[in-house]
Amino acid sequence: MASSDLSSPNLSATGKPSFRLGSIWLAVPGVAFLLIFFLWPTVHILVSAVWGDDGRFSSKALFSVFTSSSYSRVMATTFTVAVQVTVLCVLISYPLAYWLSRHSARRQRLLMMLILLPFWTSALVKNFAWLVLLGRNSNFAQFVTSMGGAGDRLLFNRTVVLFGIVHTLVPLCVIAMMPTFNQVNKSLLSAATTLGASPTQAFWRIFLPLSMRGVATAGLMIFVTSLGFFITPSLLGSPRETMVGQLIIEQINELQNLQQGSAFGVVLLVGAIIGVILFDRIFGLSGVAGGSGNSQPDDRVRRFGLWLCSRIGNMLDPVARGYRDTFRGLPGSRLLGAYSLLVIALLLVPVVAIIPMAFTSGSFLAFPPPGFSLRWFETYFASPIWMAATARSFGIGLACAALTIVVAATVAFAVVRSRSRLAGAIFIFFMSPMIVPHLVISIGLFYLFAQMSLIATDIGLVLGHSVIATPVVFIVVLSTLRGHDWRLDDAALTLGATPRRAFFRVTLPLISGGIAAGLITAFLISFEELTIALFIGGGLVTTLPKQLWSDIFLQINPTLAAASVVVLGVVTVLFLLMEVISYWRKPA
Amino acid sequence: MDSLTPTASTKSYANDAVKLHAQGICKFYDATAALNPIELKILAGELLTLLGPSGSGKTTLLQLIAGLVKPTSGRLMIDGRDQTDLEPYKRDIGVVFQNYSLFPHLTVQENIAFPLQMRGQSDRVSATQVSNALEMVGLERFGKRFPHELSGGQQQRVALARCLVYKPSLILMDESLSALDRKLREAMQVEIKRIHRETSSTIIFVTHDQEEALALSDRICLMNNGAIEQLGTPLELYDKPKTVFAATFIGTSNVVSGQLANAAQISSDISERLIDIGGDCKKVALGQPCSIAIRPENVRIGDCGAGILNGTIIEEIYAGSETRMMVELPNGSVFTVRVPGGAQRCQLGENVSLTWDPQHVRILES
Ligand SMILES: Nc1ncnc2c1ncn2[C@@H]1O[C@H](COP(=O)(O)OP(=O)(O)O)[C@@H](O)[C@H]1O
Ligand SMILES: [Mg+2]
Repeated sequence: MASSDLSSPNLSATGKPSFRLGSIWLAVPGVAFLLIFFLWPTVHILVSAVWGDDGRFSSKALFSVFTSSSYSRVMATTFTVAVQVTVLCVLISYPLAYWLSRHSARRQRLLMMLILLPFWTSALVKNFAWLVLLGRNSNFAQFVTSMGGAGDRLLFNRTVVLFGIVHTLVPLCVIAMMPTFNQVNKSLLSAATTLGASPTQAFWRIFLPLSMRGVATAGLMIFVTSLGFFITPSLLGSPRETMVGQLIIEQINELQNLQQGSAFGVVLLVGAIIGVILFDRIFGLSGVAGGSGNSQPDDRVRRFGLWLCSRIGNMLDPVARGYRDTFRGLPGSRLLGAYSLLVIALLLVPVVAIIPMAFTSGSFLAFPPPGFSLRWFETYFASPIWMAATARSFGIGLACAALTIVVAATVAFAVVRSRSRLAGAIFIFFMSPMIVPHLVISIGLFYLFAQMSLIATDIGLVLGHSVIATPVVFIVVLSTLRGHDWRLDDAALTLGATPRRAFFRVTLPLISGGIAAGLITAFLISFEELTIALFIGGGLVTTLPKQLWSDIFLQINPTLAAASVVVLGVVTVLFLLMEVISYWRKPA
Repeated sequence: MDSLTPTASTKSYANDAVKLHAQGICKFYDATAALNPIELKILAGELLTLLGPSGSGKTTLLQLIAGLVKPTSGRLMIDGRDQTDLEPYKRDIGVVFQNYSLFPHLTVQENIAFPLQMRGQSDRVSATQVSNALEMVGLERFGKRFPHELSGGQQQRVALARCLVYKPSLILMDESLSALDRKLREAMQVEIKRIHRETSSTIIFVTHDQEEALALSDRICLMNNGAIEQLGTPLELYDKPKTVFAATFIGTSNVVSGQLANAAQISSDISERLIDIGGDCKKVALGQPCSIAIRPENVRIGDCGAGILNGTIIEEIYAGSETRMMVELPNGSVFTVRVPGGAQRCQLGENVSLTWDPQHVRILES
């Protein structure tokens, strides 16, 4: 600790615990919130999976998951698809993220917008667009047929389900990889080249091992998310692609069989936890990258990983040299750029294509539309059902944003500012909803809210959405607070500001960008959330995504596209606003 | 360590008003001491530097004085009142932070007006004070800029102005000049001395740069390992270092360790002969290990065989106003000798003798 600044965050907060916004007590309301609305319901479904309605122990439901041949086939499909999706997402995203990380901050910001737009566009809208774009009568299907392919069988098979899920999750994968990739690329690659490593060797020996932490994080998030995926297999799959999420919805929403639904939920949860352990331990990925708390210098996995990376680097170095000398006109970076732009374009296809579909003059969804008209928007705006759903989505989104920011920000303050040992535990607790599939959270809340008479209420939806939004908003606020120079607050105190005034005059203005980003993030998550809405909304209280979802199965008409465009418009405006704010935040 | 307490070495200040009195104040992080219990009196109107290597506890002491960190134990008296538990914003203290800590979302003017607003001053009054403060640091034209639109030196001066504008009676500066280049640093040192004279405030200045400490201070508080090593005027510290650390951290010293052979001589392994020590050796008992220090400028080079020690010149460093010679002794240790001007009387590899006046020998505690 050679630096000698007058104050550093954690040492100022020692002394009296209530001295300033650093008290661990600040985390109490937020922790209580997650205990009640996340941990308790999640534990509860573990119990209710083995407890029948008659209040007696019964392992029948849990066993049937494995013994019933139809159930076990669904489980097998679910886990196979999740693994395949994870591998595909990582393989597709890695070069893209690497390419992005090599751009200047400004360029990268612009390019990231093209990833963030499909990221924030709800899975429902994107998959709905594919349904039209790849349908039997679509141009693409006719093109495939004319090329001699089975153009009429593009939909409703395993391949298109995989494609749909991977397409939905690649943006998430890239976003999860970027922080690590940027860190490695900025600081260490140039150091490696000055130390004499060729670009190929620098990549294999430095970048790849260090990027593994980002890969592990991204892979884990993809795996957990895809385990509970039900939108894509429902819309694009055939009964053979049924995944466990669909079964859960069926058991709980249609058959009212809570025990069986919980049993599936438990299996999902256990699968996700096994995934976490696999990623963290057996692959030893974070160990290869070093720096993680418990990585041992002599760890065998770590040494093997490094050895492998350097071997490949040495082997490929002459190959790369040879390639460069042979194909002077087509450097590898060009190829990488072309690949990345292609992936980005593909990510944008459904987002862009849904817009003309909504403005069709015809009575059926088609791409390209036969003519232009606003009739479907008129239908949408004239429909009391759609209007009620839209208004409700806005209201719930706003309430969710308000609640979530309070929960996430108070806890983030406590974690960043207190020196308490509890801070680490609280951090992990607040990240943990991320590794629990939303379906599991939804079932748990369904139980809890049934007891509290909160099913089919707006409050129930707000609470549920807040649970899901909390970890994400927590990270957003936490990273803002970690980046904040707390010495400025000390400076304000020594200049005579009371802690309160220091907070309002110095801290708050400087972190307001992060708070705004957190608010918008929470609103967006709520605005597009479908899982909680399906369970907690009941049949009566419908949000915009819920209305979209039920109408897709009832009657597909261009009103759905119009509603989707409304969702897309709101999302785009808000996400651009977030970009503007974050751009604004950094004057220097 | 009785001889190291401030009272012993600051008799000349005994009648002045005490601005700050740290009474056994200390700070522990878990079990490790960032600052051991210290006793320190700072006089009103004095410019005291805390000098010491990185990690010696200077910042911790400053944080304790500012109230940003609560002491593990001990009391802090400022202006005769116990302010140990007083909140930082209620203390009449100004701090210039090492990284300046200018508020990035406020302009230079707004930054400087901030402490005035916190004290409830009207905008009109504070406007004139702000422009006076800007004038004092020579930044009249920069009031409307944001901190990130200024150079490092300018930011430094804004930080100074922000601290001076509300005329705190005690100013703390933590390595405030260390980020500046040499020219600018020297100019700022002059500036600080001037401001110190004009405002008659008490200044505690932290630095790890001994030259800066010698140039600025009324007194230097030399710190090492979270404790006060020696306290005194720059002259006292340079001329009468009490420990090996003090002798080597401030300026250079040739340190010889040995044992006290009799009341006026020590034996050591750099020479078969006993070495005369002119000073008093009451601190050390006969036969006890002790060290002596001789400043390079007090050593003279002579013909081989004629002096106290013999050695070989192994290096010669020209530094403008003087030349430093490194002389290797038979046992392998190296003596530094400072010769005024660039006159080259000796050759590398030449055998020479070294002599000095016994009165320049200082006995150190080890
Ligand atoms: N918040 C802290 N937690 C633990 N140790 C600390 C903390 N702050 C300072 N220290 C330790 O206290 C010692 C003195 O630090 P400091 O006062 O910053 O030294 P200086 O300013 O002289 O470089 C160092 O060894 C440092 O590591
Ligand atoms: Mg320091």
